[in-house]
Amino acid sequence: MNWTGFIFVASIGRWAIELTHGLGRAGLFLGEVFLQFDVLFRRPRLLIQQLYSVGVLTVLIIILSGFFVGMVLGLQGYNTLVGFGAESSLGLAVAKLLTRELGPVLTALLFTGRAGSALTAEIGLMKATEQIAALEMMAVNPVRRIIASRFFAAVLSVPLLTAMFCVVGVFGGHLVGVEMLGVDNGVFWSSMQQGVDLYDDIFGGLIKSLVFGFFIGWIALNQGYFCQPNSAGISRATTATVVTSSLAVFSLNYCLTALMFSA
Amino acid sequence: MKTKLSELFVGVFLLAGVVSVAFLAMNVGNLDSESSGESYRVSASFDNIGGLNAKSPVTLAGVRIGRVTSIQVDRDRFNAVVNMTISSAYNNLPLDTSASILTSGLLGSQYIGLDPGGDIEVLQEGSVIDITQSAIVLENLISKFLFSQAEK
Repeated sequence: MNWTGFIFVASIGRWAIELTHGLGRAGLFLGEVFLQFDVLFRRPRLLIQQLYSVGVLTVLIIILSGFFVGMVLGLQGYNTLVGFGAESSLGLAVAKLLTRELGPVLTALLFTGRAGSALTAEIGLMKATEQIAALEMMAVNPVRRIIASRFFAAVLSVPLLTAMFCVVGVFGGHLVGVEMLGVDNGVFWSSMQQGVDLYDDIFGGLIKSLVFGFFIGWIALNQGYFCQPNSAGISRATTATVVTSSLAVFSLNYCLTALMFSA
Repeated sequence: MKTKLSELFVGVFLLAGVVSVAFLAMNVGNLDSESSGESYRVSASFDNIGGLNAKSPVTLAGVRIGRVTSIQVDRDRFNAVVNMTISSAYNNLPLDTSASILTSGLLGSQYIGLDPGGDIEVLQEGSVIDITQSAIVLENLISKFLFSQAEK
């Protein structure tokens, strides 16, 4: 009998069962969060607290990053476009890149690093210190009390942060393109207004960011809620949040782009 | 006190987000020109539309007064039918207005330029512009030039 072969096949089986189990658990978890939707209206203060720690505290990094990304787009775009004598399209290039791709994706990645990992660590520590078990002992539904408000705060924050990122980025591009490199101010804005479509570009980008916020919130809270309740487990879960969310953002970005912009 | 300050920040955050969306819609996008109220539809046939596409501007004396909505091929006459909407503010265009496909800049995007005629009747919903001039295709222009050189 060749036991190593059996063990190998069994390990594949165990991996598949664990994967399916994890996915099913995450799906049920999400359903449970949605069932507690009414807590937003019953106890809006919970949502406001989370909007502060998830959204407001992320604003600074979003604004700084957006500004520098816009500036580098202005610089690189100018250097490329001036070769074709097309530097008048700089505003269009900066705005399209920001609203369609860079705004939603970079905001989602920054949000994962700044807020997603913090959510996982916070929930994981609550679990490790048995605060979640204590809530259950007091007949308080932990999903209702601590998870739902965090999830909806993430879903709500990411599109708003994306919009801020895009606006600041456009001004960063404006600073470099118009103030420093001498593209005409009127041409910068008019080429942007002519070429950027409200529905395709701006709403398309915001829909993307809404989906990203949904998945980041889901992944981060799921990882925290089901982590191993010890320090190594919390650290693994936090890493898994950042890795899984980033991969989800990139792959979803391609799928959403193909769905929305390919027609 | 702490919670009140954080509530203030959340309020500012939400307002800033909404203002950003509004700014994107108004200043970066083209909201004001999209929803410019009443308009009427006319169509025109061209032998060749070049690089014209849906959403290309329709201009009068260089000023944008409408947009191309769709482009189809006429199966019987083998030419392109371009449908466009024109703002109702310009409902006094003569019926014999001519439409030509022009290019902005040397290699820029293409648009329809309208040239008013002298008819007393005016273009209405569903009117057809009869006098049209097709897009200038660079390859055709070059081949004409080359043939004229060969004949010399």
